[in-house]
Amino acid sequence: MSAPNKAYDPVEAATLSAGELQRMQADALAAIAAAANLDELKTARLAHAGDRAPLTLANAEIGALPPAARADAGKRVGTARAAVRAALVQRQADLEAERDRRVLVDEAVDVTLPWDRPMSLDGARHPVTTVGERLADVFVSMGYEIAEGPEVEAEWYNFDALNFPPDHPAREMQDTIFVAGAEPGERSGMVLRTHTSPVQIRAMLTRPLPLYVVSPGKCYRSDALDATHSPVFHQIECLAVDEGLTMADLRGAINAFVEAMFGEGLQTRLRPDFFPFTEPSADVSMQCHVCRGASAQPGGQPCRVCRSQGWIELAGCGMVNPRVLVACGIDPDRYSGFAFGLGIERSVLVRHGVADIRDTLEGDVRFSRAFGMEA
Amino acid sequence: MRLPLSWLLEYAAIDVSPDDADGVADLSRRLTACGLEVESVEPVGHDISGVVVAEVLDVAELTGFSKPIRYCRVSIADGQQRHVICGARNFAAGDRVALALPGAMLPGGFEIGARKTYGRVSEGMICSALELAVGEDHSGIMVLPADAPLGADFVTYAGLRDVVFDINVTPDKGFALSVRGVARELAISCQVPFTDPADVGLPADATATSPEVHPVSIEDTTACDRIVLREVRGIDPATPTPLAMKIRLARAGQRSVSLAVDVTNYLMLELGQPLHAFDRARLHGPVVVRRAQPGEKLETLDHVVRTLDPEDILITDESGPISLAGTMGGVATEVSDSSHDVVIEAAHFSARGIARMSRRHKLGSEASARFERGVDPQLPHRASARATTMLAALGGGTVVPGCSFAGAEIEPVRIAMAADYPDRLAGLVYGLETVQKRLREVGCAVAHMPGSAADRSDGAGAGSGAAAGGGEGAARPDHGRHDRPDLTLLVTAPSWRPDLTDPADLAEEVIRLEGYQNIPARAVRAVGGRGLTGRQRLRRSLSRALAADGYVEVICSPFTSVLDFDRLQLPAGDQRRQAVRLANPLSDDEPLMRTTLLPGIFRTLARNLGRGFTDVSLYELGMVFRPKSGAPPLAPILPVDRAPTEQEVARLGAALPDQPLHVAAVMTGNAEPAGYWGAGRPAGWQDAIEAARLVLRSSRLTFSVRADQHQPWHPGRCAAIVIGTEQGQEWLAGHAGELHPRVIAAFGLPARTSAMELDLSVITAAADAAGPVQPPSLWSYPLAVQDVALVVPQAVPAADVERALAAGAAAAGDVRLESLSLFDLYTGGQVGEGFKSLAYTLRFRAPDRTLTAEEVRGARDAAVAEAARQTGAVQRGG
Repeated sequence: MSAPNKAYDPVEAATLSAGELQRMQADALAAIAAAANLDELKTARLAHAGDRAPLTLANAEIGALPPAARADAGKRVGTARAAVRAALVQRQADLEAERDRRVLVDEAVDVTLPWDRPMSLDGARHPVTTVGERLADVFVSMGYEIAEGPEVEAEWYNFDALNFPPDHPAREMQDTIFVAGAEPGERSGMVLRTHTSPVQIRAMLTRPLPLYVVSPGKCYRSDALDATHSPVFHQIECLAVDEGLTMADLRGAINAFVEAMFGEGLQTRLRPDFFPFTEPSADVSMQCHVCRGASAQPGGQPCRVCRSQGWIELAGCGMVNPRVLVACGIDPDRYSGFAFGLGIERSVLVRHGVADIRDTLEGDVRFSRAFGMEA
Repeated sequence: MRLPLSWLLEYAAIDVSPDDADGVADLSRRLTACGLEVESVEPVGHDISGVVVAEVLDVAELTGFSKPIRYCRVSIADGQQRHVICGARNFAAGDRVALALPGAMLPGGFEIGARKTYGRVSEGMICSALELAVGEDHSGIMVLPADAPLGADFVTYAGLRDVVFDINVTPDKGFALSVRGVARELAISCQVPFTDPADVGLPADATATSPEVHPVSIEDTTACDRIVLREVRGIDPATPTPLAMKIRLARAGQRSVSLAVDVTNYLMLELGQPLHAFDRARLHGPVVVRRAQPGEKLETLDHVVRTLDPEDILITDESGPISLAGTMGGVATEVSDSSHDVVIEAAHFSARGIARMSRRHKLGSEASARFERGVDPQLPHRASARATTMLAALGGGTVVPGCSFAGAEIEPVRIAMAADYPDRLAGLVYGLETVQKRLREVGCAVAHMPGSAADRSDGAGAGSGAAAGGGEGAARPDHGRHDRPDLTLLVTAPSWRPDLTDPADLAEEVIRLEGYQNIPARAVRAVGGRGLTGRQRLRRSLSRALAADGYVEVICSPFTSVLDFDRLQLPAGDQRRQAVRLANPLSDDEPLMRTTLLPGIFRTLARNLGRGFTDVSLYELGMVFRPKSGAPPLAPILPVDRAPTEQEVARLGAALPDQPLHVAAVMTGNAEPAGYWGAGRPAGWQDAIEAARLVLRSSRLTFSVRADQHQPWHPGRCAAIVIGTEQGQEWLAGHAGELHPRVIAAFGLPARTSAMELDLSVITAAADAAGPVQPPSLWSYPLAVQDVALVVPQAVPAADVERALAAGAAAAGDVRLESLSLFDLYTGGQVGEGFKSLAYTLRFRAPDRTLTAEEVRGARDAAVAEAARQTGAVQRGG
């Protein structure tokens, strides 16, 4: 390239002749027109509009012309370069449009193909886990905390502290599985917990008052396995101990829970029952969430879920027996409490219309998969 | 407890007919509402028609058949005579019988027609008790009393139309195992008069004793606090039990045996007091209540010879034990068809003693069920008096006046209760009058505690009158105050309610009788909770992570056996062989609690494969049970009248096994399914280790994967997962890899099945200790990337090379190795037999400047040098 000197060198400035510029422009336009795709156009752009392109070099020579000639040469170079730029823009647009048209056709796929998560299998959580979490979360959202305890439990926690007197028939109701003693025939003082209620005792002994806990967990009874009973099952219980708690608070908690779990506006019903650790005690039924009681009315359609009873037995509940408070060192004259517990499998059965509890036990992948990640 | 409506109505003055379905349903609802859950309401006698009282005029014996058959001429006093074929032989001409005429319907929809049989036309059928569903007897036909009116409709005559309530009696309500208890509840619920059957038909002085009656004494007053004997002499043992009594017994589910036994059973059902009838001629000397002596035996009425335990409570005479007290009599003194003189025994035995004995001998009876739940201690005198009176009247005998008695007076239970306690417990206002009324209805005596603040008036009708008595709905669910909150009531519980011991028991009586439906629901108050703990959140996260990665959660049986430990190839001293043993396992084949999740999940995998699935990946979260070494053999039973001390709680804790939460996963078939896109990728050891990594990544802990050998894994394909801290502490979290071929064979799994098991308790404890996340500084100076390929012997673990590279880079000065990743693994000719080439990308960055090429090279060289030092690595092409 020529240095910007004052000495005019017509040889060096030959590239700025009109004929030469016209040839450069024609070459460029031909190359642009000939570019069949965007890659070729990119090559053409480099060759004819890049830093080393003839027109670019010609432009640099303008400075070498005598001042009188510069304006004219500049105008001619500028015109030529503008024409090339315009052609590039146009060709770019044409080629992009063509590419888009082609892509839409060539790259179209059948999005309905069963591309069943080829990178992994179809995983799922067990509904007893997910329904259990939901049940717990209803209470957690009310401010309860989740308390947990062991499954192999001392008899004292499982029975005595819960006001099951020794040899009382109430213990027999629970079909207990006992841990063997050191020698055959000897006692161990330990059982597989028959309910999650011992966690209540543990919570009352270790947590400050007032106390609001919910305890989900596995329980064991030597029941025969049938469509509605399993020897290994899960329960969830809530326990509240505070000043001034009444059965009205218990009913409020039950109603809030049933609404959250089964739907708004479902009625609940308490009927007297017996649990050693609550007094008064009640069983809880809720209006059937499917037929809303209509099946029990004259002329109602039969309901499979509540067996046309209109009500579904759901849980046991009551006011914490003052004897239980005493065994936990809580002053029953100052504090009262309520407790409320239900089977998680039973909730799964009721909520999802599962007919046989054994479906929850067998580990058949089809069962869990139907529930996915959250119930 | 099955009870016919007619029996209840005898003592509760309710006007309802068994044909009134709505009225019956209302009573059923009322019983359930007061705590006596009605499980079924069964109309009986409604399905019988066309059965009449007939007289047998004469009997012709037919011969020539396989059994003797009678051809009878019968009359129903309608001017016609009918002939009936009958196979029974327990009747004679002149007897009155129940005759089903042609067209009659018997229970179960069984229709009677006139038909030809044994060569004769039989115009109907003479019925047995079983055929009419009024008893189990089918050995002969039912002979009716001589005064049964000829031609009368049998259903009407015998009062067969009735309703039987089946009531589920909870263990606290012993009083409800009787007509007495249930009728009282019904009368209260309907607010009608109640007649106490225990007050009916008593002699003038029911407690008078007499030396004429067989003597009795109590040796052990902890076994029995009261016993009464009475006698009836000269009864005709052949006297049949009256039809009405038989029908009631049958409806209550009790078999008719003999008059003496039927009377005792009838009164047990009516009053709740178990009674026993002894044949006086078979008693030898005075009756004594005592505990068993070593080596004593007794043959009970079920013809089982029982070896007695020193704790057993016995009725004895000079010959030894004659009855398991309150549970079952002995055969030696049983009343029989030759017993003319009968001794009736009625006692109050220790509830706990009877419960233990009945459990020990696995012998439950109607009597033991009542004693366990509590029997009215005032009943023995009354029930025995009614029994002797009834037996003498029906069996033609004479009552020996008076009784013999041993025992003491029993003090009634007195309970002090704040007058407003039921109100405070229920959350609504009942008021003094209602509280007192309800307590009196169940039989309590209610007085005002002397000196209690409100003893200024007699109480009745005093105060503001906030609540009026009189049935359900009287209470006001408002936030008012009880009219006499400062008053204390002194309540004496009735003898038939041993379950009433505490103020809470009394409050429950008031609340249940006033109706649970009247308790309002108060809106939930928010309380200050802290949400889930870190451990609880972690458990949910890793569960979701595994499920998202293709694993299906299962919940497996937690029971196991030594056989499982053998199948897992566990060596003799392995800690997992130390298991919690069950005294009464569900199955004798699995008497242990699991110490590892693997056998259970293997079986669940096998079940899925058996159902035709081939690509299965499962996981389970669950506790395992590991006895503590040196644990005391017995978890003590602590007192319940106070909180346990810390030491006592610690003693319980010491006896319990460790119960860590584990997570396990198992996988077989394809981890990535095959399809039209191509072949699948088989699941293998990498997937097992990756599942373990997934869990650890959820915890954000620093961990390493190391080669290990651990059963039940393949010795060359087993990784230990180790959690490490910057301070150099380490915890073993668990193992992962391919299973040992022998284990795979033992559990019947497909080849190459892989698994992992981690101790979540270790992971969550480490995560708890780890503190909050410290995020990295996000330096923005340019990244410098260097690749290195290192050749090491095959046996050198990649993790060691990686660790050495990182350590070397870290020591290289003010340069940060931001990340290190393996991008190629090569074995083959170019690196030589027994070697492998590991190619890593190292990414460097500095906080405050752009790194120079020289700095980057220096750091890379330092990393390689350390890898060479630690692992013998040689840089390829370097």
